[in-house]
Amino acid sequence: MKKKKSNPLSRREFLMICSKALPFTGIFFIPFTADQILFAQKTKEYDPTQHEYAMGINIHKCIGCGRCADACKKENNVPREPYYFRTWVERYIISTDGETYVDSPNGGIDGFPEFKDNLEILRTFFVPKLCNQCANPPCVQVCPVGATFLSRDGVVLVDEKYCVGCRYCIQACPYGARFLHPTKKIADKCTFCYHRLVRGLLPVCVEVCPTQARVFGEVGLQSSPLRRFLRFNDVVVLKPSLNTRPKVYYAGADGEVR
Amino acid sequence: MKAPRIPKKILGLAFIFSIVIAALVVARMLFIPPSFGKYGHYRADAVNEIVAQEINYAGYQACMECHDEIYKPKERSYHKSVSCEACHGPAAKHVEAPDEFVPGAPRERGYCPLCHDYNPSRPTGFPQIITELHNPGKACMTCHNPHNPVLPHTPEECSACHREIANVKRISYHASLPCVRCHTVPEKHMVQPKFVFAQVPVEREFCGECHAEGAPGGPDIPRIDLDTHGERYLCWDCHYPHYPEAR
Amino acid sequence: MVELIMIHIQTGLKDITGYIYPNEFELHWGLLIVVYPYLTGLVAGAFILASLERLFKIKVLQPVYRLSLLSALAFLFVAPLPLLAHLGHPERSFEMFLTPYTKSAMAMFGFVYAWYLMVVLLLEIWFDYRKDIVIWSQEKKGIMRFVYKILTLGATDLSEKSILLDNKIGKVITIIGIPSAFLLHGYVGFIFGSVKANPWWSSVLMPIVFLFSAIVSGIALVLLIYMVSTMFRWKTMNMSCLNQLGELLLYAIIVDFSLELLDFIQRLYESEESIHILSQMISSRLFLSLIISQFILGSVIPMISLVWARFGRVPDEMRRMVYFIAAILVQVGIFSTRWNVVIGGQLFSKSLRGLTVYKIQLFGLEGLFMAGFLLILPFIILYILCKLFPPWVDSEVKLH
Repeated sequence: MKKKKSNPLSRREFLMICSKALPFTGIFFIPFTADQILFAQKTKEYDPTQHEYAMGINIHKCIGCGRCADACKKENNVPREPYYFRTWVERYIISTDGETYVDSPNGGIDGFPEFKDNLEILRTFFVPKLCNQCANPPCVQVCPVGATFLSRDGVVLVDEKYCVGCRYCIQACPYGARFLHPTKKIADKCTFCYHRLVRGLLPVCVEVCPTQARVFGEVGLQSSPLRRFLRFNDVVVLKPSLNTRPKVYYAGADGEVR
Repeated sequence: MKAPRIPKKILGLAFIFSIVIAALVVARMLFIPPSFGKYGHYRADAVNEIVAQEINYAGYQACMECHDEIYKPKERSYHKSVSCEACHGPAAKHVEAPDEFVPGAPRERGYCPLCHDYNPSRPTGFPQIITELHNPGKACMTCHNPHNPVLPHTPEECSACHREIANVKRISYHASLPCVRCHTVPEKHMVQPKFVFAQVPVEREFCGECHAEGAPGGPDIPRIDLDTHGERYLCWDCHYPHYPEAR
Repeated sequence: MVELIMIHIQTGLKDITGYIYPNEFELHWGLLIVVYPYLTGLVAGAFILASLERLFKIKVLQPVYRLSLLSALAFLFVAPLPLLAHLGHPERSFEMFLTPYTKSAMAMFGFVYAWYLMVVLLLEIWFDYRKDIVIWSQEKKGIMRFVYKILTLGATDLSEKSILLDNKIGKVITIIGIPSAFLLHGYVGFIFGSVKANPWWSSVLMPIVFLFSAIVSGIALVLLIYMVSTMFRWKTMNMSCLNQLGELLLYAIIVDFSLELLDFIQRLYESEESIHILSQMISSRLFLSLIISQFILGSVIPMISLVWARFGRVPDEMRRMVYFIAAILVQVGIFSTRWNVVIGGQLFSKSLRGLTVYKIQLFGLEGLFMAGFLLILPFIILYILCKLFPPWVDSEVKLH
């Protein structure tokens, strides 16, 4: 609320807004209708230097419904074919003989069929995956022309009009989070729904997650749901040995997850 | 004839090289996008282009603005954390033109099982059904209100919710024991499972009722000396009561 | 189109074992990216061979000096084409010159390439041929006279002092040229070796292995071109030159093979997280191209036969035969090396849990025919260059 610079509010107005904004503390002021979204954009300039985002994923809460992967495709017009994903859900099955089986049929969008092999299951769980929005992103490092970059608010983005389609970034990403857009012929990846963030909305995968297995928010804000997530969970990042410094944190991730 | 101080060939080459370098310099001046390098090694305008992408999902706050009557009860129900658009699909167009575009609602039987069909990988305790056995053919909505999903009647079997445990126990040596042999289940647990919990045994002596030396029961039951077996550990530290491995 | 892709996908899915990330279904660097390091390797190798002759005054190599320079040039002209053809947006490739990202290993390609082409190869060839060009511009008739006239850049001074200066500059360029050739191909190795996400690529040895395999392939290429061209010109081959080439080839293969073995043993011994999936890949997907083609056909057999032919009591006729076959085997082996690096690095999932397959397209910009065309094109260019600047010792213009 501090950032609002328009006319001074009356106490009543202020409290009203606060009460509305209370459920989404941590995500600055949230306008309520499309009109207000546009209005807010015009009146209040979004300042990227004031934000830094991260995501938390609680594996214990993921039910593998695949709504995130589905909504992501719908929100960002990702090709529907089963080999282009900005986010997807993996199923891990660790059998009693120590073997690990992983699958992700259509990214989990159509649900997970019963595992046919007659396995004695030791542990099993779902793991949502997406671009880790690394603070030390190898994909940005290798881009020869500066078409993929770390924005000032810490999100790794792709410049559609500048990408030459050399695919070096796809090779450099350790998480398989990038793909070549089949018609645009450019590298494509998760943007944390950047166009939603600047409008004060949540990334769509977080929005539709029915169990709140995904948590999103500001890194620097004490009251953000993300801070709470980081405070109360033992978190890990994927492939820490590569020093990519991901900003997607996993709670309850098994050692087999990679 | 005395050769000039700088040979002609060097001059010729220098000329060609300077043309190439000049061409590169001019090209850089002409073709580098103006906003390139403003904040870093990228085209700053690209950020604005990404921001300009239209939203398809309006966010639940937008829904709640008009559909208060649905949002209010849902907010207190088990589906409180399920966003409207998780089931109804993207609705930003509906926010802009409420009458022209109406988001659908999945009323058929196939949708709810995406979350609620039994899958061993799902977290224990998450409500799941075996879709093929659960009132086959009936739409979920005939019994359950998705905006306030309460069970039409309290479950008769523990396995209705604790499928995973039931599945294991069914093939274990404890198959014949009813759940209530070990768990005390308050009536209210059936209605408010997350608020009123079933009780679990807390002492070694409880298992000892069957497994201690001299306990009543058939000779098939493995027996141990409670005083010497397992030292300071509790029985369930080593044995999983729903699937006891030791013979 | 979509139908085709779907068929491709369906047949493809059957060949995937284990788990790969969904986005890894498509292999991103295909046949063209195999061709690219193969071509630059030939460039660097051929140039290094020429430099050896010049710098260390290995006089027996005189007959192939100019030939290897022209071969290097012909292959260098074609080297960027596979890169260009594989880009999603070739029309934007000039951005690499406009806004190269200095931290990107790939961004420097344009500059390394331009440096090598302009400063090293063209200059060296020009200074080497200058006196010939000047004389041709006076002797030839018609359009060719005009062409040579332009190529003299107006400098027609053929005094002894001027020729001496040519030689001096040529030597300096050679001295600059050797590290540049190392740079050109070592750099290509670095593009792969610096990808930390990929355990098959990520290795400090990668640039060095690339370099030595480049030298191997370059020498073998010049050997082949020399033999074939001499045959078609109905001239006799210079046996001492061939022997020297064969010997150099042998030494290069020994160094290259030892480096590759070292890399191999190091990986096996370290036995990191990735070793499981990598050994699976080698024993199934890469068995033919790595064990059979690269190691046995491309290294062991040429090594043994070269030792035998060079140092054994073998008649010249047989010797030539062995050199020829060994050089061809080496080319097959080095092409397999490039294949194993580029394609091999993408056949396993970065989740280290599964293997995928690479299906070569026939048509299209990234297809088999395109790759074949790009491999033939340098020879066509070389033919034209040889017509324009005859590299043969017997056709060199004699002054004074």
